Order: sequence, then structure tokens, then C-alpha cells
Amino acid sequence: MTQPQIETTDTKASAEPIITAKNVEKWYDNNFHVLKGVSLTVTKGEVVVVMGPSGSGKSTFIRTFNALEPYQKGSIEIDGIQLSHDLKNIDAIRREVGMVFQQFNLFPHLTVLQNVTLAPKWVRRWPKAKAEEVAMQLLERVGILNQANKFPGQLSGGQQQRVAIARALAMQPKVMLFDEPTSALDPEMVREVLDVMRTLASSGMTMVCVTHEVGFAREVADRVVLMADGLLVEEATPAEFFSNPKEERSKKFLSQILH
Amino acid sequence: MTTTTPQFSAPPTRQTSISAWAKKNLFGDWFNTLLTIVSVLVLGWVLTTLLSWAFTSARWDVIPSNFKLLMVGRYPVNLLWRIWLSLAVIMGLGGFSWGVLSRDTRLLDRRGLIMLGILSATLVLVLALLTDPVSIAISLGLIILLVGMAFVGQQIGRVQPQLGTWLPLLWLFGFIVSYALVRGLIFGAPVRLDDFSGLLLTLFAAVVSIVLSFPLGVLLALGRRSELPIIRWLSVIYIEVIRGLPLITILFASQLLVPLALPGYIRTGRVVRALVGLTLFSAAYLAENVRGGLQAVPRGQTEAAKALGMNPVLTTSLIVLPQALKAVIPTIVGQFISLFKDTSLLTIVGFAELLGMGQTVLANPEYLGRNGEVLLFIGLIYFLCCSAMSWASRRLEKQLGTARPTVLPPDVAGEAA
Repeated sequence: MTQPQIETTDTKASAEPIITAKNVEKWYDNNFHVLKGVSLTVTKGEVVVVMGPSGSGKSTFIRTFNALEPYQKGSIEIDGIQLSHDLKNIDAIRREVGMVFQQFNLFPHLTVLQNVTLAPKWVRRWPKAKAEEVAMQLLERVGILNQANKFPGQLSGGQQQRVAIARALAMQPKVMLFDEPTSALDPEMVREVLDVMRTLASSGMTMVCVTHEVGFAREVADRVVLMADGLLVEEATPAEFFSNPKEERSKKFLSQILH
Repeated sequence: MTTTTPQFSAPPTRQTSISAWAKKNLFGDWFNTLLTIVSVLVLGWVLTTLLSWAFTSARWDVIPSNFKLLMVGRYPVNLLWRIWLSLAVIMGLGGFSWGVLSRDTRLLDRRGLIMLGILSATLVLVLALLTDPVSIAISLGLIILLVGMAFVGQQIGRVQPQLGTWLPLLWLFGFIVSYALVRGLIFGAPVRLDDFSGLLLTLFAAVVSIVLSFPLGVLLALGRRSELPIIRWLSVIYIEVIRGLPLITILFASQLLVPLALPGYIRTGRVVRALVGLTLFSAAYLAENVRGGLQAVPRGQTEAAKALGMNPVLTTSLIVLPQALKAVIPTIVGQFISLFKDTSLLTIVGFAELLGMGQTVLANPEYLGRNGEVLLFIGLIYFLCCSAMSWASRRLEKQLGTARPTVLPPDVAGEAA
């Protein structure tokens, strides 16, 4: 681990990195080696799409970025903060990293507005008025403003996921992680969520998305990363990755998802 | 298709006549018919025996002559107004909470009004048989206070909707005030706690151990899931040891062993020791109920809270506990009901609470052999209290359930499509 890493980020090479993961290794409790030394550098404003077959460790990998999954070897640095077991560091990183989950994970006992204002009020210690003002702006941005006083159970899947995005954004994070945000949605609701993510990407947010949405990756991503069996197999621009993949594993994966 | 509006067909009308209902539900087949006949026979036999005893051979005079004793025990007669006053505090608070909680609905629909009328009429009738006109008048006044405060609460609740969250605190304050009133801590002439008896002691013991065992049980449930091994083990040991002991041994231990274990200069009252026993016992069971609720909260909820930067304390108190507790309201209330009934075990360790007072009455040579009358009356009081609790729990569940539907209402589903 002492040897210098060869960085493959030629796009936006001048920009400063905001996520630096080096040789991250993780074993599950049953000794399954899920991450076998994965390195990734994401620069400010970049959109990285992580693809790969199920069980490749892609979700686990991005969940190490906000310490939802502990890792055993390697190092992760987010916005200059070293991710260690120090709880203060973990909390500091989580304040800067927003996350959107496959299953939305909205708080069912709180209204949409309360979902979005809860963390700013209690973690950022914003006064109620400020938290609600920011929340209403965000809800307007994701097109849910008229549902602010409903409970999550009263919304459709697509609406819930848009609320979840607003909830993560309310903490004003520097990085947004998306863990298969459209996988649990009915087909007709995928688009409304991807639209919100597109707008977010064009606003300059740094995003790391685990997704199978090829269209989204082609159009929005600065870089596509393929993971398989706990390793990072290929890292390329979307144009290159989808039309001219270098690795055998990538070709096999693409042939499976593009039919 | 030329029409743009979808065609709706009404569901087939259901037979609602009594004979049709009986034919379907009571005499559906031969087995059903047999069951119906046997049940009717058994029920009829039990009822006729009971009623003929109640109206012919039972001598009910034992109840009115000991009514005061069964209710408030040996509480000084000249200080009874303090009990009425604390009852007024509780009733007023009850009405007020009722009003605040139903601020968005009508307080009394026709059915509710009829129910209230029937209840008050029954109460007055029963009291007329049992006690003096002054008490009846005060009881009626208390009902009027209840309804009046409900309307006040509704009006205030509409102006200040966030008042609902302060109700538990208000109740705590109300209990402290009424306790201070009954003990005579406010208006002189104190009554010792150890002199409480009758229904007064039963209610006091039940309320205090319910209120105290709830937070203790929640803490134990959280402790059992703690990541710190010492806390987890201590919680597990505590819960399992208590659950492995009969309540009666705990009550004996609290009466007999605790004074021996404590140094001589610490003196605890008998009632206080009994309360400690009941609370510690109930907390262990409550902890297991709450743990069930905690396990029902999906892991994604904690993950989402963590991802938002919330620390464990915030995550637990704002995200996990509210959902967990809501899920186990029925079991928790069940636990409280059984705790309420368990207070009757205090009789065995020598307290004259409701059942114990009944024993005292029966020990009086004047009322020898009136077991049936006294026990039936006491049973009725327990039944009334317990069904009131379970009714309140169903109301609470409905309140929380209807405010947060989990199914998609049609208009939203249409909008989303």
C-alpha cells in the first residue's frame, strides 16, 4: 500500500479529488472477501456510474464511503477527511455525503416535509424556519411541493424516491451517493427519478451512482466503472465503455444487459 | 369503446335479514347447528343460575354498607373532598386530552352521545343503589366537567395543534398534582402512603408502576440491543432473571428481604417497596415487548438516519422508537392490563387494596359468607377498569392508524400514473 497509485483519471485531471479510495478491502462476517482492493478517485463535480453484475460488491463499495459498511484494509478520504473508526470523523463525513437508497427508506411516521427537515434541524441545528424554507425549495425542485404534508405511504414509488433525494440534498452535501435508486421502481416511474438526477448532475453536484440505467450512464456520466467479483475491472468514459470496452469481463457484462 | 368514463358495477347486494343471517351463521350445517344448540343451552344454564342467585338468594346489602371502604379504604372521611378534587383534575385532563386528540373530528356523533347518555344513566343508577345523593351529584358534575373540558380542549387544540405532543407531560403534571392532593401535601393534614387502601391503593399502585415501568422497559429493550457487551449482558441477565421468577416471590422479596438488605438508616414504606417490586417485574416483560417492536423496524431506517449524519441517540429517539412503540401498542397495553390485575397479588403480602379490602369485609362476622356478592362486585370493577384500558388502546391505535395510512388512496395513485 505504500507504493504510489497510478491514477487513471485523465478527465478533469486538474480538478481536485473529493473522494479518494485506495485499495479498499472488505470481508463479511462469514469471511467472504467482498472487496478485494478497490481504488477509485472522484473529483469535484464529476458523475461516476458504477456498474456490474449483482454480487460484484458495487453497492458495498459505495456504502463504505459514508461508513454504512466498515472495511478492513485500505483507506478512504472524503473532502480531506480521513474515514477512520473515529466516530467524530464518521459523523463529519456523513454530513457531507448524501445517500439515496434502493428502497427509499423514508421515515414512514413523518410527513414528507418532516422527512426533509429532520436532519437539518437536529444535525445541522438550523432553526425550523430555515430548514422548512430550504426543504420547500428542494421539494419544488423535485416536483413534490404539493405533497409536502402527506405521509410517505400516500405517495407513489417515484414520488417517494424524489422525496428521498430532496431529503439527502437538504443537508447540503458535497457528494451524493445513489445506490440503485431506480431498481425498486415500477417501469413508468423510473424516468421521473432519472430526470431529477439529471438536473442534479447538470447543477454540478458530485455524484456516484450504482445503476443499471445505460441511457442515464451514457448521457450523464463522466466516467463509467465496472466492478466484478470485488474488483474494479474497467474504468472509461461512457462512449468508450459502451461502444469499445477493453476488458473481456466488460464485454460479457454489456452483452448481458444490452441483450 | 365510445365512452371515456369507466363503467362501474355495484357489488351484489347482500342479504341482511336476521333469519337469513341466522341460517347462514348459526345453522349452516349439522355441526354448526349442534354447536349453536349446545352453546345456547350452556349459556342459558349459566345465566339463569347466576341471575336467579343474584336476584333471590344474594344479599347485596354488603356492598352499599362497605362501598366507601372498598373504594377509598380507611381514608379519613372528613378529607374525602381531596379525593373528589383529584378525581376532578383527572377527569378534566381526560376530557381535555379527548378534545385535543379529536380536534379534527366531531367530538360526539349521535352514537357517541347515546353511549354517553347510557353510561351516565347507568352510573347514576348504580351509584343510587350504592351511595349517598351528594356523591351522585358530584359524579354527575364530574361527567359534565369531562365533556365540557373536551369541548374546551377541542377549541384550544384547533388553535394550537402542537399541543398534542405536550399531553403526556400534562398528564405527568396532573398525576403529581392529584397525588399531592390525595396525600395532603398541598392542603395540610397529610395521609401516609402506607394508609392507602381499597380501590384507591389498587389504582395508585397500578398507575405508578405503569408510568415507571414504561421508561425502564424501553431502556432495558435498548440495552439488550446495545453494542456495548456489558450493557447488553446486564440487560439480558436482568430481563431473564425477572421473567424466571413469579411476581409473588418478587413481592415477598421486596417486602421481606429489601429491609434486611438495606442499611438500618434507610427506611422505605411498605407501599413504596411493593411499587418497586411491581415496577421491576413489569419492566422486564415490557422490555421484551418493546424489543419485538424494535426488531420490526427495518434496517433501512437506521441506515437512512445514519446516512443523514444522525448520531445513535437521535436515530433511536426520532426514528426507531416512535415506529417500534407504535407497532407494539396492543401488546404494551395488554401488559399494562395484566399489571393492573396483578396488583391484586398485593393482598397476599398483606395489603388491603381492592381485593384485600374485600377480604377484610368478608372477615367481618356481620358479613360472613357473602363471598359471592363481594367477589362478583370486585370482579366487576376490575373488568370495568380493564375494558376501559383496552378501549382506550383501540382508540389510540385507530388515531395513529388513520392519520398515517399505508395504502395508496385512489386519487394519489391516479395522479402518480
